[in-house]
Amino acid sequence: MADTNYDLIVLGSGPGGYVAAIRAAQLGLKTAIVERENLGGICLNWGCIPTKALLRSAEIYHYMQHAGDYGLIAQQISADIDAVVKRSRGVAKQLSQGVAFLMKKHKITVHMGEGRLTAPGKLEVKGEKGTETLTAKNIIVATGARARDLPFAPADGKRIWTYRHALVPPEMPKKLLVIGSGAIGIEFASFYKDMGCDVTVVEMLDRLVPVEDADVSAFLEKALKKQGMTIFTGAGVEELKATATGVTAKIKTKDGKTESAQFSHAIVAIGIVPNTENIGLEALGVKTTKGHIDTDAMCRTNVPGIWAIGDVTAPPWLAHKAMHESVISVEAIAGNHPHAMDPRNIPGCTYCRPQIASVGLTEAKAKELGYEVKAGTFPFIGNGKAIALGEAEGFTKTVFDAKTGELLGAHMIGAEVTELIQGYTIGKTAELVEDDFIGTVFPHPTLSETMHEGVLAAFGRPLHI
Amino acid sequence: MPIELKMPALSPTMEEGTLAKWLVKEGDTVKSGDLLAEIETDKATMEFEAIDEGVVSQILVAEGTDNVKVGTVIAVIAGEGEDASSAKAAPAPAPAPAAEAKAETPAPAPAAAPAPTPAPAPAAAPTASGDRIKASPLAKRLAAEQGIDLKTLTGTGPGGRIVKADLEGAAAGAVAPAAVAPAAAAPAAAPTAAPAPAAAGAIPDFGIPHEDEKLSGMRKTIARRLSQSMQESPHIYLTVDIRLDALLKLRGELNASLESRGVKLSVNDMLIKALAVALERVPACNVSFGGDVMRKYSRADISVAVSIPGGLITPIIVDAGSKSMSKISTEMSELAAKAKEGKLQPSEYQGGTASISNMGMMGIKQFTAVINPPQAMIMAIGAGEKRPYVVDDALAIATVMSATGSFDHRAIDGADGALLMKTFKELVESPLGLVA
Repeated sequence: MADTNYDLIVLGSGPGGYVAAIRAAQLGLKTAIVERENLGGICLNWGCIPTKALLRSAEIYHYMQHAGDYGLIAQQISADIDAVVKRSRGVAKQLSQGVAFLMKKHKITVHMGEGRLTAPGKLEVKGEKGTETLTAKNIIVATGARARDLPFAPADGKRIWTYRHALVPPEMPKKLLVIGSGAIGIEFASFYKDMGCDVTVVEMLDRLVPVEDADVSAFLEKALKKQGMTIFTGAGVEELKATATGVTAKIKTKDGKTESAQFSHAIVAIGIVPNTENIGLEALGVKTTKGHIDTDAMCRTNVPGIWAIGDVTAPPWLAHKAMHESVISVEAIAGNHPHAMDPRNIPGCTYCRPQIASVGLTEAKAKELGYEVKAGTFPFIGNGKAIALGEAEGFTKTVFDAKTGELLGAHMIGAEVTELIQGYTIGKTAELVEDDFIGTVFPHPTLSETMHEGVLAAFGRPLHI
Repeated sequence: MPIELKMPALSPTMEEGTLAKWLVKEGDTVKSGDLLAEIETDKATMEFEAIDEGVVSQILVAEGTDNVKVGTVIAVIAGEGEDASSAKAAPAPAPAPAAEAKAETPAPAPAAAPAPTPAPAPAAAPTASGDRIKASPLAKRLAAEQGIDLKTLTGTGPGGRIVKADLEGAAAGAVAPAAVAPAAAAPAAAPTAAPAPAAAGAIPDFGIPHEDEKLSGMRKTIARRLSQSMQESPHIYLTVDIRLDALLKLRGELNASLESRGVKLSVNDMLIKALAVALERVPACNVSFGGDVMRKYSRADISVAVSIPGGLITPIIVDAGSKSMSKISTEMSELAAKAKEGKLQPSEYQGGTASISNMGMMGIKQFTAVINPPQAMIMAIGAGEKRPYVVDDALAIATVMSATGSFDHRAIDGADGALLMKTFKELVESPLGLVA
């Protein structure tokens, strides 16, 4: 019988779990990882990565349809949704295999099966080959989360989808209802819209992408409406019924009226539910809040030896937050002295068209917290590269503390902003002040110049507007 | 979980120290408050107390190790119910005893000593080779604005970098130095802000009903400066009894003649003058100790402790030796009034070459005061009271007070201190010298 005693067991192999295992192996810990389905978890298999593959197809399709804008001729353009999905699955598979390779390279033992904590330091894995018990002084719970269902209309995979069904659609929807305008909802709305579908988005709160700065929400709503999407904000879906040919929805709009509408399919993207059931947390007395596991700054739970990271813990529920927590927790386990992560320094990216990226406080939140704020916005129309790209739609906004010059937040919408936000994130993490941003030479011509101008604008001195 | 014991910062400026002696060994059970080790800084040897309970599972830094950096893990304690042998330590960051760095590192810079308004902390970090201060641009800016010396802070950012949170004293998990309660009541504070570097996070809770009040900036400054003074300056105390009858008689006469000008001298006003004149006559006591220099002042500026709501502050009578007592009296009432209203300008309370603290009005017979750094002496004045006193070899009744000088023994020798006390006594007992 194989030795099943480890220094560390990681339950779940998503971006939090597998990175934890790699870091632990690097630090010399004998490490095991337990996964019930696919190495790489949701992110690689059913989330971040395959959606980016789909969105890339949609983007190219969009360019092809607008080839004439660039003096190019493209005729008889059409999309093959099956091929698009096949490419996306191929990308996911490649990366999942990459994780398997990384596990092997770092001599991490992979146990496939359902893991369950049976006692502190003990984990039972039910796999195809039977049940085995693993032991370790420390166990990291990284079981992630899943889509939240509408209570009155659970997803059936045929007409009512979660993100998971939307990634491998049985057919191309003709008229799509997207419920929820967070990152997941709005990315699918954008994808299917660009693929030629008629899309309606219903958001319960009073604006799209409600976690973003209000200026970004307003800009996005305008841009999506211009693309032909139907947007309901401050509205709720009160009834959703699947029929043989589609779905019927009752939408209560902002002014209190109820409208009935027919769609071919609906995507439910109203949030997530942490995967905390049936893994033995209750019996060990692990504390949770609204289902999510409570942890301290080093990702310890209230039970010694049990740690938790990623979506199963408090928000934001982002892969890079999970990855960063994985490193913090493993270093703490190994006895190093990691420094805690500041949630305000975690960027967020949404890959709709136009893209959205942000880090830190919105202007409204900064004011609410009592900061004396200096904020400024620079539009992409004032940026040479954006115009040359034919992507002059967007802006960069910065929010500074007027008293100290601290960058409180940065909010971007427009082409490739998801690749740009890291500049502000580095600056914010290093606690740079406005002089540092203003004194930095940004290369010309790039979209990043809007980041320079966005800071200058906050201090009333933008150059190109 | 095993608890790591880290090299504590026993003074705000301490960066490394010598692990002089272990008072426990591996396998010992310790509880909160037990003495674990003796740690030597360049200033003093301090005892290091346990905050947590458990069994000492590993000692990682041997007795007698020099240059152990603050924050280095020196031992591991296994918590309750843990197997001590399994509670192994972290691959601890090597202590990295940079011998040459020690030789070069100057002792706390004397730079900011006497200037009435200390220059803003230098923004640029590297001051000397091997003396780099790692701090974020935001932390540097905030420190400069608040007049905080970055050297007094412990960084909690990547690689020990000082970040904004360290200035707010709010960093979770910061290395908390053992609490040092400022014992003696004494003047000190110049509220130049500056939080005490992470006050001891954990006062053990014994279930006594209580309320934790957040420290004011002034309280933090008092705590920081008094701790610094007691830890860094070896104090010596010299007490004399001084007969006040002549001074009280002179005061009565002067006040009678000054009444028309609306001036009323207090005993304290006269003692301020006496201290200033004494310092001028014994310049060896009118100094600041600056590590590698001795600053000798050619003017006596007296900081006077004034109690105000929530703390105390020390407004300064500049050049008190050259000022008439009536002038001192007028200035003092103005300064005291401003102090009580919280309207003193920094230039009015920052600086001074020596201090005086008078608790006579509270009936305190005699006390010792904590030196107000970078000054090197403070005079503590007790109550003037009628005592049996030997006058001309006969027992008589005289009004006598006890005055105690605290001297920074690094800067001032006992004999010089004694000479100052003698001179002060003579000036008070034959007070015409104060009028001349």
